[in-house]
Amino acid sequence: MNLEQARVEENRLLAADHRRMVLHAPAIAASAGAGQFVHLRAHDSFHPLLRRPLSVARCDRTAGTLVLIYRVLGEGTARLADRRPGDGIDVLGPLGRGFRLAPGLTPLLVAGGVGVAPLISLAEECVRMGRAVEVVAGARTASLLVGEADLRELGVECCSATDDGSRGYRGPVTGLLGGRLDGRALYAAGPAGMLRQVQQLAGATPAQLCIEAAMACGVGACRGCACRARGGGYRLVCTEGPVFDSHEVTYDG
Amino acid sequence: MADLAVNLAGIRLRNPVLAASGTFGYGREYAAVVPLDQIGGVITKGTSLEAWTGNPPPRTVETAAGMLNAIGLENPGLKHLVEADLPWLASQGATVVVNVVGRTVDEYVAVAEALDARPAVAGLELNVSCPNVDKGGMAFGVHPESAYALVRAVRKRTRLPLLVKLTPNVTDIVRIAEQVRDAGADGLSAVNTLVGMAIDIHCRRPVLGNATGGLSGPAIKPVALAAVWRLARVGLPILGGGGISFWQDAVEFLMAGATAVAVGTATFVRPRAMLEIAQGMEEYLKCQGIERITDLVGAANPGARTG
Ligand SMILES: Cc1cc2nc3c(=O)[nH]c(=O)nc-3n(C[C@H](O)[C@H](O)[C@H](O)COP(=O)(O)OP(=O)(O)OC[C@H]3O[C@@H](n4cnc5c(N)ncnc54)[C@H](O)[C@@H]3O)c2cc1C
Ligand SMILES: Cc1cc2nc3c(=O)[nH]c(=O)nc-3n(C[C@H](O)[C@H](O)[C@H](O)COP(=O)(O)O)c2cc1C
Ligand code: FES
Repeated sequence: MNLEQARVEENRLLAADHRRMVLHAPAIAASAGAGQFVHLRAHDSFHPLLRRPLSVARCDRTAGTLVLIYRVLGEGTARLADRRPGDGIDVLGPLGRGFRLAPGLTPLLVAGGVGVAPLISLAEECVRMGRAVEVVAGARTASLLVGEADLRELGVECCSATDDGSRGYRGPVTGLLGGRLDGRALYAAGPAGMLRQVQQLAGATPAQLCIEAAMACGVGACRGCACRARGGGYRLVCTEGPVFDSHEVTYDG
Repeated sequence: MADLAVNLAGIRLRNPVLAASGTFGYGREYAAVVPLDQIGGVITKGTSLEAWTGNPPPRTVETAAGMLNAIGLENPGLKHLVEADLPWLASQGATVVVNVVGRTVDEYVAVAEALDARPAVAGLELNVSCPNVDKGGMAFGVHPESAYALVRAVRKRTRLPLLVKLTPNVTDIVRIAEQVRDAGADGLSAVNTLVGMAIDIHCRRPVLGNATGGLSGPAIKPVALAAVWRLARVGLPILGGGGISFWQDAVEFLMAGATAVAVGTATFVRPRAMLEIAQGMEEYLKCQGIERITDLVGAANPGARTG
């Protein structure tokens, strides 16, 4: 874990309310793994106060850069969107427990909306290791399939689903999973409803879910980011996650 | 060199800036960016006799210049503290104050007693002010009689310096503090969080799983400072805190009558905030030509009896 004054190299609009930020943060880039996240200070005043967690979408150790792909939702991400190339930004990371690739099974990555961000980093790792990887990605409409360009650059094929049918399959991305699970391990990130569906559809197929929770510290100090553990009790998303084995967590209750 | 060392109710601190309970885990979590032998001390997460599981999520939400939390005192319990955390904290050169919680007087006493003879513990902070649990916590801190009885019972079983952490959610915090003093506490810690809440207007329900929570951060600083100002006349040393972000805030608390300060939410925002605050205080002393930080205690408060 490093606390680094990073430099913004790019902060570009990808689609309505979606941006791609490139940060020069060599200390963090040196050790960031697929599915880990950074905790950023969007700006320097009291509103909004807390840092914001964003997944590492790509990591280039040689160049010392990180790519973040984010959706502008509220005040924090709006302040982030204001940042210009050359600006400094305070980044804590890499944080959390990322994806663990299951040996012997083909990774099948399931992305919902901006949830594609952590999965791009997993695709990047697969490419680096010379492993085959499959991706299915869903969004409301074609322009919001915000991971496409990075995946294409990595040479990874992506099967798409859109709610309005403007690209690929019309319907939820989980509709692309039927008959596809043999010999696969699932890695999913996206809205809670989608992750719950993946959990149900996976059955005996190994699955890992990248989960979100409101975070204050991001490092396990405040115990605020609890999610429900299967069988009772809680897990901390920031240190025990954000990537959990599907059977560790539950959306019921 | 300006002297930042203070003696807080018998707890010797290299500087007057401590990590507030519940915002710094057990020291390990931030140790990669905050060397524990450079801050005044670590106040642990509230520790109970057995492990507590805590409240259902969501447990935190951001508010204007602050945040609400309803963690529910999730903690791994006394045994874990003693076996895993205290030895490690000692190895890092940390000055450790253990924040103690319980559902009953007996539970508080049992934790205090078990820690009594441990050199790794510099003092205790009795938490009678957590707003997020049904039993224990704030229930003890809102009634003068129950506060007195609890502190008295714990006092009998420990020789460690005993701070009592007060809640601002009372009509008269001074009256509670006087009882705590009369029961044998060595110092006061003020303040814990203010009860607050947020409602999700789309779902028409409270945001926090526990409905209400405790407000912390810059938003509460003026309230906390006034509490310290009033408590300074009780005559016990004070660990002040609530919304401290910068060294100037910390100096305000000292001038109101605090001997040392606790920094919580600011660490979430700027993990090295405590180090920056200690450094800022040192530079302030140099610029002002003041030799000892203790000269500032109560400097703005004619009624203070703590200096
Ligand atoms: C480990 C982790 C990794 C993340 N990675 C990414 C990422 O790579 N890209 C990305 O775009 N986002 C990511 N997020 C989510 C991101 O942190 C939030 O969207 C962001 O903090 C919102 O901040 P804000 O101030 O803009 O919005 P806020 O003002 O905090 O919220 C605005 C509105 O959005 C809602 N909201 C806030 N957070 C979420 C959420 N997580 N899900 C759904 N609704 C929410 C709020 O309830 C509110 O109504 C991640 C979250 C976690 C925990
Ligand atoms: C997430 C969180 C957890 C906390 N847990 C405890 C606790 O276990 N025991 C306690 O006495 N105070 C606890 N507190 C209160 C803080 O120690 C501190 O008194 C309060 O947050 C005000 O200071 P601040 O504004 O600097 O954060 C907690 C506060 C927060 C934000
Ligand atoms: S965000 Fe503080 S413990 Fe996870």
